[in-house]
Amino acid sequence: MATNRTLPFKDMGGCSISGVMDESGRRFSGEEIIRSIRNMHERSNGLGGGFAAYGIFPERADQYCMQLMFDTPEAKRETEALLDERCNVHYAEDIPTRPHEAITDEPLLHRYFVSVEPDKSRPHLDENDLMVELHMEINTTIQDAFVFSAGKNMGCFKGVGFPEDIGEYFRLEEYEAYTWIAHGRFPTNTTGWWGGAHPFSILDWAIVHNGEISSYGINKRYLRNFGYECTLQTDTEVIAYLFDLLIRKHGLPLEVACQAMAPPFWEDIERMPEREQAQAKAIRAVYGGALLNGPFAVVVGSTGRMIGFSDRTKLRPQVCARGGDRLYIASEEAAIRTICPDPDVVWHPDGGEPVVGELQAGVQVA
Amino acid sequence: MRIDAAGIHYRQLNEQINEAVDAGETEFVLDNVLGHRYIGAGLRDGVHLTINGIPGNDLAAFMDGAEIEVHSNVQDGVANTMNAGRIIVHGDGGDILGHSMRGGHVLVRGLVGYRCGIHCKAYEERLPVMVVGTTAGDYLGEYMAGGVIVVLNAEDTDGSPVGRFCGTGMHGGAIFVRGEIEEHQLGAEVTVEPVGEADRDMLEAIIREWSMAFGVDPGRFAPEEFVKIFPRSSRPYGKLYAY
Repeated sequence: MATNRTLPFKDMGGCSISGVMDESGRRFSGEEIIRSIRNMHERSNGLGGGFAAYGIFPERADQYCMQLMFDTPEAKRETEALLDERCNVHYAEDIPTRPHEAITDEPLLHRYFVSVEPDKSRPHLDENDLMVELHMEINTTIQDAFVFSAGKNMGCFKGVGFPEDIGEYFRLEEYEAYTWIAHGRFPTNTTGWWGGAHPFSILDWAIVHNGEISSYGINKRYLRNFGYECTLQTDTEVIAYLFDLLIRKHGLPLEVACQAMAPPFWEDIERMPEREQAQAKAIRAVYGGALLNGPFAVVVGSTGRMIGFSDRTKLRPQVCARGGDRLYIASEEAAIRTICPDPDVVWHPDGGEPVVGELQAGVQVA
Repeated sequence: MRIDAAGIHYRQLNEQINEAVDAGETEFVLDNVLGHRYIGAGLRDGVHLTINGIPGNDLAAFMDGAEIEVHSNVQDGVANTMNAGRIIVHGDGGDILGHSMRGGHVLVRGLVGYRCGIHCKAYEERLPVMVVGTTAGDYLGEYMAGGVIVVLNAEDTDGSPVGRFCGTGMHGGAIFVRGEIEEHQLGAEVTVEPVGEADRDMLEAIIREWSMAFGVDPGRFAPEEFVKIFPRSSRPYGKLYAY
């Protein structure tokens, strides 16, 4: 008997995000995060997947690990000449990959463990500033070379494909990290290309994002004032640089930085107690250029910390859970329960409310 | 019929259910459900599904009479454009539960997320009903055109059991809330009154239905503890584009 039941025939996407942090600093294989992001396969369309991992290079924890993609051998040669000029390269290798039937048109993928000497003519710049400058210089001046990540004891792995395939391609089950974040892409505004996959990273910040930043133009121009150049054709890039600017450069507490990016509405500010109101108004006035407009849910990784937060009106999903020493943040609860079937607590944070995982007191990871 | 959903893609799972329904099966127990989308989509009356595990987004989308009982939390988009039937959720609901719902009942034991009941509507005998056990997030009943939402606040949560922008753009139907709600939480298009005699029987019947589903004493919720949120006008934007 045939029925005329209406069944959905269209795969609806919308990007997938998953992040897991072990706050005890215990490191675990990338196999789990691949399983988690695979559970949300439907949310991406094969045009981008990526991961960031923290604590993966303990033997070289004091060096910056620069992971790069090159579309041409010339770009690689040119980059290597620049690296020789700007920093000490202690070790370099191809990023390990395995042949994968779903992954094609791979760029050259190489990594360099480097350190930088102080610049005597510019003593106000510390090693992080010099690394940001180098990162920007490669992205803006060398054709066909793009930095995936350049932080200490961390790395980003990304490309065109479904995230679970990208994870297998980069052999992530062979790494051990205390924080893993992952992304499956469903690009809506820009093309799917290797550099445009998430995470977006600067120093040890890495961001995965579901949504779109309608304030991208304003944010991009604002960031240019501070030396950040957006070259990766994707709105998410601004979030990575904003975290670096607000927290590392300006020294804002995390909560204040998040409030600058997702501030309360003016009408809510009007109802705040006097002192709080004055602070909220000051943040909106000073950091107007850092306000992120549009729908977003992000997970942000950095050394010893994982942060989840979403736009003020929560136009993108975000579910959190805790189980044992671990914090989980994902687009869907099923992606958490795939790797943690029985969490201690599951909750949906409010829009604009940051959820923070931090290493327990006394834990050293780098 | 018992189906182990572990490792099965949602399409395969839903095809298996639909084929069995076509063959006359009416009772289903789905085990190890973990993010499978569109379960119960379009299913007609006479079918009963029990779900063990976390069903994926758009559970019971366009459902047309079937009954679903979920023994855990649910994700986003439950009862999307649902036409008829009943869903019982023993855990929490996600965002946009009851989006564009046109009929049937959704009973949630715990809380629901943002934008629940957005755009739901009623027509003649079709009256969608959503009952939230504890609290609801922002934009509850946004652009609501018809139907009933009841927020029971069963845990007597501190502060208001609903968020901000409640009933924004609302032009039909009613939201009953047990507990405090302040003016600034409401959309400009709605007003608040105590529950009157005209609504009392309906509200009591809805409370009884929810209480029976979860084994709670219905006497715990008295109609006079509720307020009714309803639109000032059935056409709030009628003159918006008229010059």
